[in-house]
Amino acid sequence: MPLATVSTSIHIALWQVAASLALVALAAAISFWQKADLERDIGIATARSIVQLTLVGYAIKLIFDADTIWLVLVLLAVMVLFGAITARSRAKKVPSSFQPLLLALALAGGTTLGLVVALGIFEPTPRYLVPVGGMVIGNAMTASAVALNRLGDEMADARARIEATLALGATAREAAAPTVRRSLRSGMITLVDSTKTTGLIFFPGTMVGMLLAGASPTDAVRLQLILLYTLLGSVSISALTATLLAYRNFFTPAAQLRELDEPAEAPA
Amino acid sequence: MLFELRDVGLDRGGPTVLDSLSAGIPEGATAIVGPSGAGKSTLLRLLNRLAEPDRGEIAYRGEPLRDYEPLALRREVGLVPQLPALLEGTVESNLRYAAELASEPLELEQTLEHAGLDASFAERDVKKLSVGEQQRAMLARALAQRPRVLLLDEPTSALDHAARDTIEAALRELRSELEISTVLVSHDPEQARRLSDWVLRLEGGRLAGCGPLAEVLA
Repeated sequence: MPLATVSTSIHIALWQVAASLALVALAAAISFWQKADLERDIGIATARSIVQLTLVGYAIKLIFDADTIWLVLVLLAVMVLFGAITARSRAKKVPSSFQPLLLALALAGGTTLGLVVALGIFEPTPRYLVPVGGMVIGNAMTASAVALNRLGDEMADARARIEATLALGATAREAAAPTVRRSLRSGMITLVDSTKTTGLIFFPGTMVGMLLAGASPTDAVRLQLILLYTLLGSVSISALTATLLAYRNFFTPAAQLRELDEPAEAPA
Repeated sequence: MLFELRDVGLDRGGPTVLDSLSAGIPEGATAIVGPSGAGKSTLLRLLNRLAEPDRGEIAYRGEPLRDYEPLALRREVGLVPQLPALLEGTVESNLRYAAELASEPLELEQTLEHAGLDASFAERDVKKLSVGEQQRAMLARALAQRPRVLLLDEPTSALDHAARDTIEAALRELRSELEISTVLVSHDPEQARRLSDWVLRLEGGRLAGCGPLAEVLA
């Protein structure tokens, strides 16, 4: 029997949402008063959040109503695709990073969701797979983007050391190992750290949502723990896959560093 | 001939860096000289396949360089880059790493000595070495692989006179004691005179002279 069976529901009226815009007005006012020059961005952010979340809300409602696993898989595939496109824009220094990122997100999503279903933690229904899938893929995207961003910087900084190691007859993998290790670490560290402080410094979103929806604190905490651990799994799979596939793109098959920018001739 | 260059050319996404070079490099001590930007370092990197020429062919001991497995070739033809780039750790861990890659037993003290370092350097953290000491540790690391040929890219350019003399003395000993052939890149004709018997002179990516020291640097 699945552990997390939540059947609470509350109704939010449109006027309540509209009333919360008062706080957006406050944020804009602060920005205007202190000349932070963020009023326009706050406006755009608010408009986008209304449009995007409303659209997603309808999409999710459609999927819930249809109650078929295929639509869920299509939605998750779209999330993986857009996640990889977004992450690529943050990993500009990595050559051909799209394919590694796409595989990383697909593998992270597939493995973690498959595992939580196989272990009987969640039922394979849209109600669970859609929100959990969104969190898993979103976190996997952030982790792989951070890892590849770091990889790009480190490969540029460590170019001389990596080539000197290749000159000893090391393989590309051996020469890049310290760089790959540090990139993987930086992709994973944020979630590990926030998991350490969870509950002390901030209340994670799922728990807040469940408490607001009227669930018992015990259930809220248990579900939150499950999600945190699921995310740890997904983040490590995506950061590992992305770095292990992407570092190869810096090398030729003959274990040479690719020329990415103009190297300077030795100064006299 | 140790290396033979036939019509070697290389462009780096635009300007020509090396232009139809044909020359031979015999066993022994060779220097590649020329002004900054002449393509010396680029040529050196071609010799152990850290880069490939766009045109032409290079042969090593009569066989096309492309037919050699690059990793095995680099253990036989070592390269010491212009600026030291050691791995984190101690001098010894760097030497051990190199020796293991080449499946060679490490004779630590002897290897250090060949590079002009005494045994006390083995335990030193590479971060705490001066640039001159790091450069000698780079040389020792290359020697730990027992290469047959050493490619040296301006090994003394970052050093003061005293450190330069130590490295030069070490290089001369290598040749007489270990019978390693060396190809030295230098912008300094005087250094070439001190350390080589055969000279390639490059200017603007083209060969401006190739032959015995006395002929090319008369």
